[in-house]
Amino acid sequence: MSAVRIFVPRDAAAQSVGAQEVAEAIAGQAAKRGVPVELVRNGTRGLLWLEPLVEVATDGGRVGYGPVTPQDVPSLFEAGFTQGKPHALRVGSVEEIPYFKNQERLTFARVGLTDPRSLQDYLAHQGYRGLRAALALEPAAIVAQVTDSGLRGRGGAAFPAGIKWKTVLATAAAQKYVVCNADEGDSGTFSDRMVMEGDPFVLIEGMTIAGIATGATRGFIYLRWEYPDAKIALEAAIEAALKAGYLGDHILGSGKSFRLEIRMGAGAYICGEETSLLESLEGKRGQVRFKPPLPAIAGLFGKPTVINNVITLASVPTILERGAEYYRNFGMGRSRGTLPIQLTGNIKHGGLIEEAFGVTLRQLLYDYGGGSLSGRPIRAVQVGGPLGAYMPESQFDTPLDYEAFAAIGAMLGHGGIVVFDDTVDLAAQARYAMEFCAIESCGKCTPCRIGSTRGVEVIDRLIAGEESAKQETVLRDLCNTMVNGSLCALGGLTPYPVISALNHFPEDFVGPAAAKTAV
Amino acid sequence: MRKKSALRSISVKVEPPSSLTPAERTSILEVCARLRPLDGPLIPILHGIQSALGYVPNDGVPLIAAELNLSRAEVHGVVTFYHYFRKERPGRHVVHVCRAEACQSVGAVALETHAKKVLGIDFHQTTPDGAVSLEPVYCLGNCALGPSVMIDDRLQGRVSPKRFDALIAKARAQT
Repeated sequence: MSAVRIFVPRDAAAQSVGAQEVAEAIAGQAAKRGVPVELVRNGTRGLLWLEPLVEVATDGGRVGYGPVTPQDVPSLFEAGFTQGKPHALRVGSVEEIPYFKNQERLTFARVGLTDPRSLQDYLAHQGYRGLRAALALEPAAIVAQVTDSGLRGRGGAAFPAGIKWKTVLATAAAQKYVVCNADEGDSGTFSDRMVMEGDPFVLIEGMTIAGIATGATRGFIYLRWEYPDAKIALEAAIEAALKAGYLGDHILGSGKSFRLEIRMGAGAYICGEETSLLESLEGKRGQVRFKPPLPAIAGLFGKPTVINNVITLASVPTILERGAEYYRNFGMGRSRGTLPIQLTGNIKHGGLIEEAFGVTLRQLLYDYGGGSLSGRPIRAVQVGGPLGAYMPESQFDTPLDYEAFAAIGAMLGHGGIVVFDDTVDLAAQARYAMEFCAIESCGKCTPCRIGSTRGVEVIDRLIAGEESAKQETVLRDLCNTMVNGSLCALGGLTPYPVISALNHFPEDFVGPAAAKTAV
Repeated sequence: MRKKSALRSISVKVEPPSSLTPAERTSILEVCARLRPLDGPLIPILHGIQSALGYVPNDGVPLIAAELNLSRAEVHGVVTFYHYFRKERPGRHVVHVCRAEACQSVGAVALETHAKKVLGIDFHQTTPDGAVSLEPVYCLGNCALGPSVMIDDRLQGRVSPKRFDALIAKARAQT
């Protein structure tokens, strides 16, 4: 009897609800019952409400069971789950679940499917085809592919990746660098973590292509400390790639070199801003730099540097493998390709949804998400992290598109959607936005450093009903100063959640004193 | 010829004795020697010290500065800029409670209040028995399965107050 392959995710989110204990229970029960099993620790499929989601390889394909607790494991064996037989937790083929089936997975094609520790598995699932294609091209032709694909920075700023690469390629220097921004600090986002844990080779491949395209021979992944599991996954993948000649000197016999190091962040949100990140990599306080010079011209240690987010770099292998045209054909307007959307917060079916740009919030919240987790009406969503606007139901038909969001004073950012039900107090959320900015400000520019603290105080007085009309004027004026006077997006965008909350949910700002005078 | 005592009277401020134990000192020097060849070594070194000792002692700062040929102010500035680096010795377990929006939407504020109450401490403090230090964190990347906490290196999701108590009891039992 050959061993049954059973997939139990090693992903940190799956483990946070017991995947490790489930894996141990399966191993224990299998040994006890004399059933030979091969446990594969895959990434998560991204249907997070089903985690721990166990999949069994059967003759008819992979069959899923979830959410599984260790206590369910004996009954799963008794029901014959190793042959894919029925059980109350059986969800059938994961790929047939509409939540998964309706997605357009390009960057996340392998996440959850393969063993992230296995280079062989990566190669068996189209891995490193992008790099092989790139090695057959001149650097300028690789850059042209990225430019033509329409790929824009997925970290949040949506700057065209090809333009950054072109600048680095055109700037002569003895040493150039590729830096991956893996300081995914926005609340409501985890796509970087999911890809690093579930398919680390795709990021390494993307960075290697970036190096070859721009003449950079060294790369750094700046990873936040909050992601220890991603660190382990990346370290294992780097070692495997190095051994097999996909990293190091003479990559695949080409004469090109690329070396990669991981550096850990230390809990500073601002280090997700690219110039702060570079300062931090240099061993300094993570304070924002003035631009110009652009990092593409004078970046890490003053050298030309490609700095891109994890998802941007992880999207590159697909573009090189399948061509710019293929990628470009997804999406709408100037937002081309796919966006890994993270549906989070108070939502019934939270998870990772990779879709072409153009899907609406309403489709995501109700068709995918199934409404709120609490069962209460959804009152507001915050899109784009702690600096993103709070959007009311009247804006739920907005398509996910950088320009459509910008047109209504919102932003897509890194694609995180945080859902709130009708118990949310938007004045408290606005106050928190200012408080967060005060905690995380790097302190370099005054509007952010001082404006955020004054912002908390003004909102407190506004909520308390002390001369509300005056406080509102001051708050709007302060926000205007922060938007126009801050050095970077932290101070410059903190007013987004504040002003959107004030505009769309003014009733939450009516304090006790104001309420009294209104009566 | 002037007497020695006169010379001593014009000497610069005497360094207070370092509170570092010999083992801590050795550990800091070992980490510095090992990681100094890196480009931009300071933050990896601080991580190395914190993972060896649990914190970055104040009296380690002059030592690190000397090893890296930096000023004390530069090292101090970096240590204090990053929330993750601790200047006090932590408890046996460090509990990070997420305060960010996605967790707020499913009860993080109530969890934070509960955690402070049952542990009897505020953020950045350690229980008197030295078992648990409590820290805030702004997103653990588990936003679809909140409220989230991280206990040492393990992420925990869907943490109700009841589950929090169970997790803490388990951590305490591990000594």
